[in-house]
Amino acid sequence: MSYSDTIQQHVYSFPDLKSVLAKASPFRTGDALAGLAAESNMERVAAQFVLSEIALKDFLNVTIIPYEKDEVTRLIMDTHDAVAFQEISEFTVGDLRNWLLSHEVDSQKLAQIAKALTPEMVAAVSKLMRNQDLISVAQKCEVVTQFRNTIGKKGHLSVRLQPNHPTDDLHGIAASIVDGLLYGSGDAVIGINPVTDSVDIVGDQLKMMDEIRQRFDIPTQICVLCHLTTSLELLNKAPIDLVFQSIGGTEKTNASFGINLSMLQEAYDGALQLNRGTLGNNLMYFETGQGSSLSANAHWGVDQQTCEARAYAVARQFNPLLVNSVVGFIGPEYLYDGKQITRAGLEDHFCGKLMGLPMGMDVCYTNHAEADQDDMDNLLTLLGVAGCNFIMGVPGSDDVMLNYQSTSFHDALYVRKVLNKKSAPEFEKWLLNMGILDDVGNRLPIEPSHRLLKNL
Amino acid sequence: MKKEHSKPTIRDPWENLKEFTNARIALGSTGNAIPLNEVLQFKFAHAHSKDAITTELDVPMLKTEIESWGFPIWEVKSQASDRSEYLKRPDLGRKLDPESEVLLKKNTETFDIIFVLADGLSAGAVNQNALPLLQLLLPQLQGYSFGFVTATMARVALGDAIGSALNTKFVALFIGERPGLSSPESMGIYTTYAPKMGLTDERRNCISNIHENGLDHQQAASLVGYLVRQSFAKQISGVDIKINLKELLED
Repeated sequence: MSYSDTIQQHVYSFPDLKSVLAKASPFRTGDALAGLAAESNMERVAAQFVLSEIALKDFLNVTIIPYEKDEVTRLIMDTHDAVAFQEISEFTVGDLRNWLLSHEVDSQKLAQIAKALTPEMVAAVSKLMRNQDLISVAQKCEVVTQFRNTIGKKGHLSVRLQPNHPTDDLHGIAASIVDGLLYGSGDAVIGINPVTDSVDIVGDQLKMMDEIRQRFDIPTQICVLCHLTTSLELLNKAPIDLVFQSIGGTEKTNASFGINLSMLQEAYDGALQLNRGTLGNNLMYFETGQGSSLSANAHWGVDQQTCEARAYAVARQFNPLLVNSVVGFIGPEYLYDGKQITRAGLEDHFCGKLMGLPMGMDVCYTNHAEADQDDMDNLLTLLGVAGCNFIMGVPGSDDVMLNYQSTSFHDALYVRKVLNKKSAPEFEKWLLNMGILDDVGNRLPIEPSHRLLKNL
Repeated sequence: MKKEHSKPTIRDPWENLKEFTNARIALGSTGNAIPLNEVLQFKFAHAHSKDAITTELDVPMLKTEIESWGFPIWEVKSQASDRSEYLKRPDLGRKLDPESEVLLKKNTETFDIIFVLADGLSAGAVNQNALPLLQLLLPQLQGYSFGFVTATMARVALGDAIGSALNTKFVALFIGERPGLSSPESMGIYTTYAPKMGLTDERRNCISNIHENGLDHQQAASLVGYLVRQSFAKQISGVDIKINLKELLED
């Protein structure tokens, strides 16, 4: 079905829904690289006009990637909540934007309609929203998850402690863990990206982290961000709290990551049986990021932001503890500069939250992108206001293994201070008991005799 | 004499842990912020990386030197017209500019190995490392014939286009890697047997991290020599050639 609109005597027409979605997207290099972006600024806004008039119902009748050919499309269609959808079934995409921003729509209402919204509807509405709108609506969402602590409550912001080391050296990793804990980070997860994804190395890393966690009785969870198949092999041999996997929004993208939905289900079921969570059983950790489908040549002519939102449909099937986009990691051919990274970060957070995910963000950039730490300060602050569940904590922002820059332990303290946010409640109590923070959230001076330094 | 207590920053009493990692730990603090000296150190490292991306391949220097060794050398570029387009359009960086293609196709002589010296994301790394490494490598490769190409605005896969235009058996592409704060000027080497357009990464072998604090020239030369011999013996490159790095480097 084609779509068109006449603006000032000029007819703008688009052959199908996915081209409207692509051309309505705020400009980013990845869509231009794919040959999907609007040809002009006027065409982009024309596509937004057209998109605003499309009925939400159309999204249930038109698949942008064929149902028979893509298991993610099948998942989206087969799990759509038709009952919850009734309330918004007469809306256009434009109506949805206005309704989401209205005062009558609160956290509870947003939670009720989360599964009535397909990723394509959510991506569509985000394209009609300014950054301010993305923040306003995301800020109304509250998605709370639990394993050994409680993440995502309003007024709280958690941190993944990311203690990577260029040669997987256990002492080097432990040094960064201690540094992060003494700066109040680690409540989302203590999570290592391994250099070598092997059963032995990952197993040793898990055992080391679990020992630290138990010795100091830290109310948090540990994870090595290895491939799902490595986690599966280790299920009964090493302490697996969370199962990690990178995911994308098409079956082919996931195939390029070496996974599919049934493998995710198998890993999820296996980890559930371990029963390691004390407060709850959210135990999947997913990473995503705009551009992964194009990069894998698996995008079906769908723009990168819509592909990204489709990945969230995969994530929500498995009740994750944590989901984050690694927004600036992919490089300038997908997101060129601070402006594009900022926009994408706000979109990803909004889309994830609206779909009911415990959304965090790796606020980050590579050295060949036109971005710097000032851009990260801006995005971090915006996401803090938007109610982002968690961010990364990397020593001094510099990941010496992955060679990119993210947010630091200090940045986390900054954003908590200026926005009056706290750690996960259980972790906050631990930080107080350990003499790391005082009761207003300021860091206390650490003595050389501190328990965390003495017992290592 | 400066009074210690007049300084508003707090030092972290775990600076001893720095011996275990090059991560930026025990930075200290002022309020919630990183002390200024550490902030400036970080900015300097980032500035170095940014500058590395815009450095240019020193083609005259490379040409003069290689010609003095008695080998032919061609100068080519990709279809990316400037740095900004290069960064935004990796697809163009993988294709030969038409004039360059004509230039290479004019050549009728064939060579066993074509060495491509490419700028990539850090041309300085190639300016610094390529020649000293080649001086150690070439003596190991007795019996093979060589040609050389300098390539600008180049991505890794441009080596396939170059190799196929020159109808060579093997391409070793030296290229500047994406700069990291701790390794702003690092070179990588990608080798491909029977190069042709459209090959994907699993058909290439890669030696990464050739820089001051990474792999040294002797180690890298040994690895390339090994890959050449393996590739010519098995008539393949890529994932089917297993490198036992530890064993090789300890030899």
